[in-house]
Amino acid sequence: MSPDEARQLIEAVLHEIAPEADVAEVGPDETLQEGLDLDSIDFLNFVVALHERTGLEIPERDYPRLSTLQGGIEYLVAGVPAAG
Amino acid sequence: MPSLGADMDAGTVSKWMVAPGDAVRRGDIVAVVETEKSTIEVEIFESGTIEDIVVPEGERVPVGTVLATVRAPQVPPAPPAGERPRSRTQRAAGAPSTAPEPAVPSSAPDVTAAATGPDGAVASRRPLVVSPVVRHLAAELGVDLDTVAGTGGGGLVTRADVEHAARPGSRRRSSPRARRLGEEFGVDLTSLVGTGPGGAVTGDDVRRAASAGAGGAAARAHPTTRTVPAATAPESGAPSTEERQLAMRHAIGALMARSKREIPHYYLRTVVDMSRAAAWLEQANLERPVTGRLVMPVLMLKAVALAVAEVPEMNGFMVGDRFEPSTAAHVGVAVSLRTGGVIAPAIHDVGTLGLDDVMTRLRDLVVRARGGVLRSSEMSDPTITVTNLGDLGVDEVFGVIYPPQVALVGFGRVAERPWATGGLLGVRRCVSVTLSADHRASDGHRGGIFLATIDRLLQRPEEL
Repeated sequence: MSPDEARQLIEAVLHEIAPEADVAEVGPDETLQEGLDLDSIDFLNFVVALHERTGLEIPERDYPRLSTLQGGIEYLVAGVPAAG
Repeated sequence: MPSLGADMDAGTVSKWMVAPGDAVRRGDIVAVVETEKSTIEVEIFESGTIEDIVVPEGERVPVGTVLATVRAPQVPPAPPAGERPRSRTQRAAGAPSTAPEPAVPSSAPDVTAAATGPDGAVASRRPLVVSPVVRHLAAELGVDLDTVAGTGGGGLVTRADVEHAARPGSRRRSSPRARRLGEEFGVDLTSLVGTGPGGAVTGDDVRRAASAGAGGAAARAHPTTRTVPAATAPESGAPSTEERQLAMRHAIGALMARSKREIPHYYLRTVVDMSRAAAWLEQANLERPVTGRLVMPVLMLKAVALAVAEVPEMNGFMVGDRFEPSTAAHVGVAVSLRTGGVIAPAIHDVGTLGLDDVMTRLRDLVVRARGGVLRSSEMSDPTITVTNLGDLGVDEVFGVIYPPQVALVGFGRVAERPWATGGLLGVRRCVSVTLSADHRASDGHRGGIFLATIDRLLQRPEEL
């Protein structure tokens, strides 16, 4: 998965979870929880949605790596094999 | 129109999911209702066949109004209209749609028609069912049960129905002349103290109020819990986001003001060591797929539900000045909405559910609360509420009790704290648990036992 694809996926998923929130307002290194006012249930739904779209298992110990947009992009790029 | 929470006075039928002739089963969703706070799917209490839709889509009506009539399965279909002697139910149900009252806007409820419906929000032809406690309350508050529309299961008249009926404004009778004058002078009848028979608002009452000026002495003499000024009440259709936010602030403000005015709160706090619970949760989640993982609030909700079984004074409702404990633990979960506002729908029977089931329901509830679609049973019957502001990094929260409930449990952030035990100082993951409770139902001693019970339960997460 390319960084651009990863960003699009994360933004799409966040939009589903928090339709009112503006993902563009969140800095790349700001935590999504703070920037988008996500609670633990929202974050779980975020992880579940990423799992469902990518097939990644995403163990709980990896959650901190998904807490920023930039971290999430890197995680998906590293974890999801390139298409084709 | 069922009462979907203590802060609801009226609702707008935004969509009917059934039509006359449709067979329905208890629990089916028959209509979608808009309130100030949410869009709510109304479940039917009876099985049978829909006979008549009384309140059309887009109409706003007060709590207690008959929305539709349903024919019980064992009752044969009524003969064609015109040949049959019309029952009281049918007349009452038919009145709003057949009586020509074009002068009354839908936001000014025709309270007389609403009050004469002898049955439930979805009326059936069953005898009036009332529990002794509710009967007692009605006697105490001077409410004639025959005039109260039951919104409970089987057309049961609930405590909330009686309170609604007793509340100034929500079900006050008024004469046709009073309503006509009210409209003419721009006087909100629901704000008046009636001097007629049974407290009915008379034409003279309206004239007096009109001469005293809008918001004059007569209107102020009797504080009401009506929340939505006519200006923000949608005439029909879905309200705009802004209108809804404003209406929600009014609804929350009115309910919380009522809570602070009526409930003698006391507050307790205890710090609970969460090391075991957190370690257990991590281990439990290792074995679970992404989609089945638990979050800490699930353990907290379950612990609260089990603790109320040991300290029942925290779980139930104030009925008049008497506490009525609930045998079931329907835990209200305070869900903050991103557009502003908070809503606290219930997860039913949390004490009897496994943690995985609590998790599934919590996820579902939060998503639907934020998406703005909840079910009527979730809104009407939480017996205690839990609020968790820990996700935002708040250390502790001293909540305001949702009337007519008697307790609210607050959880703050789970964080590492210095922890002294056995003469040694260590670092443990801890959470501050607070209790706001109603002094009419319990005292600090029992509240303390309740918090200690929650603590004890959270030390044995594997048994939750």
